[in-house]
Amino acid sequence: MHKTPPFLSILAVLLLVILLAPVPTAAQGNEPTDDEVNAIAKQLYCPVCENIPLDVCPTQACRQWRETIREKLAAGWSEEQIKQYFVEQYGASVLATPPAKGINLLVYILPPAAFLAGAFILLRTLRSWRQATIQAEPVVPVQPEDPYIARLEKELRRRDG
Amino acid sequence: MVIQVGYFSLVLTFLVALYGAGAAAYGAIRRKTEFVESARHAMLLTWPLVTVSVLAIVWLLVSGDFQVRYVYSTTSNDMPIYLKVTALWGGQAGSLVFWSWLMAAFTSAASLRKWDRDRELLPWVVVVTMVNLAFFLSLSILFENPFARMWRTPDGSQVTAMFQPGGTMPLIPIDGRGLNPLLRHPGMIVHPPMQYLGFISFVIPYAFAIGALINGRIDDRWIRISRRWTLVAWLFLSLGLLLGSWWAYDVLGWGGYWGWDPVEVSALIPWLSATAFIHSVMIYEKRGMLKQWNMVLIILTYALVLFSTFLTRSGVLSSVHAFAESAIGPMFFGFIGVTFIASLILLIRRWGALRSESQLHSLLSREALLLLNNLLFIGILVVCVWGMLFPLISELATGQKVTVGPPYYERAIAPLGIGLMLIMGVAPLSTYGRASWKPLVRALLKPFAASLLVPLVLALRGITNLGALLGFWASALVALVTLYEFWRGAVARHRRHGEILPLALWRLAGRNRRRYGGYVIHLCAVLMALGIIGIEMYQTETQATLARGEQLTLGRYVIIYDSLAQFDDPGGRYVTRAVVSVYRDGKYVGEVYPRQDYYYAPEMTVTIPGVRSTLEDDLNVMLVGWEPIPTGGTTFRVILNPLVNFIWLGGLLFIFGTLVAAWPDRKS
Amino acid sequence: MTQEIPAEAGSSQLPRRWGIFLVWFLVLGILGVLGFSLMRAHQGPIGIGDGVPDFILTTFDDEQIAIGDLRGQVVVINFWASWCTPCEHEAAIFEQAYQMYKDRGVVFLGVGYADTEREARAYLEKYGITYPNGPDLGTRISQAFRTHGVPETYIVDPDGHLADVRIGPYATLNEIINAVEGVLGY
Repeated sequence: MHKTPPFLSILAVLLLVILLAPVPTAAQGNEPTDDEVNAIAKQLYCPVCENIPLDVCPTQACRQWRETIREKLAAGWSEEQIKQYFVEQYGASVLATPPAKGINLLVYILPPAAFLAGAFILLRTLRSWRQATIQAEPVVPVQPEDPYIARLEKELRRRDG
Repeated sequence: MVIQVGYFSLVLTFLVALYGAGAAAYGAIRRKTEFVESARHAMLLTWPLVTVSVLAIVWLLVSGDFQVRYVYSTTSNDMPIYLKVTALWGGQAGSLVFWSWLMAAFTSAASLRKWDRDRELLPWVVVVTMVNLAFFLSLSILFENPFARMWRTPDGSQVTAMFQPGGTMPLIPIDGRGLNPLLRHPGMIVHPPMQYLGFISFVIPYAFAIGALINGRIDDRWIRISRRWTLVAWLFLSLGLLLGSWWAYDVLGWGGYWGWDPVEVSALIPWLSATAFIHSVMIYEKRGMLKQWNMVLIILTYALVLFSTFLTRSGVLSSVHAFAESAIGPMFFGFIGVTFIASLILLIRRWGALRSESQLHSLLSREALLLLNNLLFIGILVVCVWGMLFPLISELATGQKVTVGPPYYERAIAPLGIGLMLIMGVAPLSTYGRASWKPLVRALLKPFAASLLVPLVLALRGITNLGALLGFWASALVALVTLYEFWRGAVARHRRHGEILPLALWRLAGRNRRRYGGYVIHLCAVLMALGIIGIEMYQTETQATLARGEQLTLGRYVIIYDSLAQFDDPGGRYVTRAVVSVYRDGKYVGEVYPRQDYYYAPEMTVTIPGVRSTLEDDLNVMLVGWEPIPTGGTTFRVILNPLVNFIWLGGLLFIFGTLVAAWPDRKS
Repeated sequence: MTQEIPAEAGSSQLPRRWGIFLVWFLVLGILGVLGFSLMRAHQGPIGIGDGVPDFILTTFDDEQIAIGDLRGQVVVINFWASWCTPCEHEAAIFEQAYQMYKDRGVVFLGVGYADTEREARAYLEKYGITYPNGPDLGTRISQAFRTHGVPETYIVDPDGHLADVRIGPYATLNEIINAVEGVLGY
């Protein structure tokens, strides 16, 4: 069988990676497009219209903020730099989720911790129930010929009756 | 005159409700049936009385009596009559009365049923519902009086008061400020009544649960009565949520149906615990287990209703949906505190008596899987409550505001959602009681194997996103298992009774409506999951400023900007409307008309997207801005939402499924 | 809330007591958060007679002004934004008031709320404002004052206590003069 030389596959993969890689945002000097501005604005919230993402907020204040994003993009800033700038200017509440430090860590820790605790309690409870049940009556393995039909018929009988 | 009648009837209802609560409690404690009967009559009287007040408000709204502050702030002369009527729930004061009206209607309906078997429960049900009704009425009477009028004092300032203060003159504006234009939408007209119905109807199961806790008659009467009420409440609440998201999708112009806004989340949380209850109550009915847990869920659901209502109406949360700051906060807080603490004390006192025998033969049994489902729903609930509370906690602790927005919710809930889908795929095939691997695996094998084809085919067709593939696979599994269940049941009947298949299917569903109604709802969940995956993972958008005749491309679509017109509309608005041609794969498919309406009365602008909607995707074209000169550039934003219409399709099927499940049994 | 799943089979007394404690802690904790948040929401801006929170204003000219260093003088703090139409109405009369009082021991400070630097500078230039102005970095100052929006004006007496507050714009120069004279007259 004919085998593709490995370097060709590597080349193909490389080519694919290059093709699929995101286009670098706005090289310096270029006028950034609305889409590039919106992509960042989507992740920010202004204090004037609470809980509405910046890209759709119609107020004058938000329009000015979007212009600022455009200016910074044109100046060659990265997305991370721009977000950092907004945090410095307007506080952490502009971010969609609070930065993970200090008391804000609770945001990320508490839900999984609560879920794990709940899962642990549920599992323990189920186990102890099963233990109690098995001790109370030893399991007699009964296998009806088709458990589903048997169940269905049993239920139907009860409903009819 | 109408004003006085409406107001006094409100006060009267309040007194009647208080009397009902007092008489019922007295009658229950002293075992005097005539007091209980009298209390029940009082309860029946509340609804006609609040109806008088509601009619009075509607009369004032329609006739445009702008001296009444509520009429002034929610209507204007140029509004059509149906909008004037719906302004009843367009502001805090009116919607509170509307809320009380619905609550009175529901409690009256609950008291109309036959009570012979529930003599001991009845008085406490009356107490709980009437105390709740009296509380909401007192908010209207003391703080948010919809009948309060505006007066001008001699020094020129204005006051709002029910009765004319000495030395003032009536202040009668010639026109009102008008209803918030965002609320002038069919979805918004139906959404609040549904949402409120969903919220308030949970007071009935709650009242039965508390009644059972107080008098200690904790057999299974209360749970049997509660179950159907909960299902009805759940239907309304689900419809409220669906209509709300349809409204958000259509009107807010975000190109999204759900923004994880705190107010949206607050509407969702009672639904989560109610959904958990609807599942866990099945274990109770089948196996007599989990009495305690079911009680917790019912009380929790109503507690969350109060919690949500408090957060949205007291001014603690600020959001597009929230009511403006209001004076009802402290009293509402007191009521919530008393309700939470009293319920908890009762629950702890009766905890031992609520114990039920728990048998578990296998971790694969239906009951174990349903409990896992409960764990996941409660997990989502914890995520939501925490997401709402944390900004408040952070502000109290550090003085700094933070936003807990969509990324938090999406990241935390996505895995739980996938888990729910998987359980939904497995649980219908598991059995109660003794369950073991073998039959479950045997039943699951065929649908499981078939479901794997879906991600395979999608992957071959170029979908590479792992999350999306996982979601599509889980949806396929649920759909196949559910359809397989219908098929197996119908075939079994066909074999046994010789019925033709469609008839067998019909009879099968008729014999066990709750199960098959539930399965229909599972199919809705699949449809909605498709829509959610589509919009969350494959939404694309672009924005650009076009001159006339220029085009903008998004995926397979091309739009061409044809023209822009600006004109006055009889509805009291100034409309800017663009005409845009849409091409798909180079073929002309129609025109859309994105608009921005400026409303003169409340001085607000509303963006209405032009939508080309098909089952495959929605193309939303929005008008973002335009240059003053008509020949100048106009900015459009184009959003493509694949599969989004499956959400609404699932919603329609959902109504059907819930009706099947909740339809009353024929009396035999 | 997750913790309430009945743990009856393992019904030794200890976990049960812990469970009850935990549930009370949760319920009372949530009520506490709601209660304090409600108080905060109802509190409105800081009250007259209260000590004014400390802050440092970094002006557009890169000057650092600490409110703590201005003791002994009356300080007029005006919150504004370039996107705020009512602010424009009072911008010019504030400058006039500043010119009247700058030699009489009254300090004027402008704080730009949620504003962008370019528009803010353009606004200051357009209305010819010469008293120190700076952005509200991190919206810290407005949060400390618990403002609801713009414009709002706070007048601080020489001891560092709030003496007068105006939510919304001043309509005329005389209103500002009356307010400042009222504080100077103490």
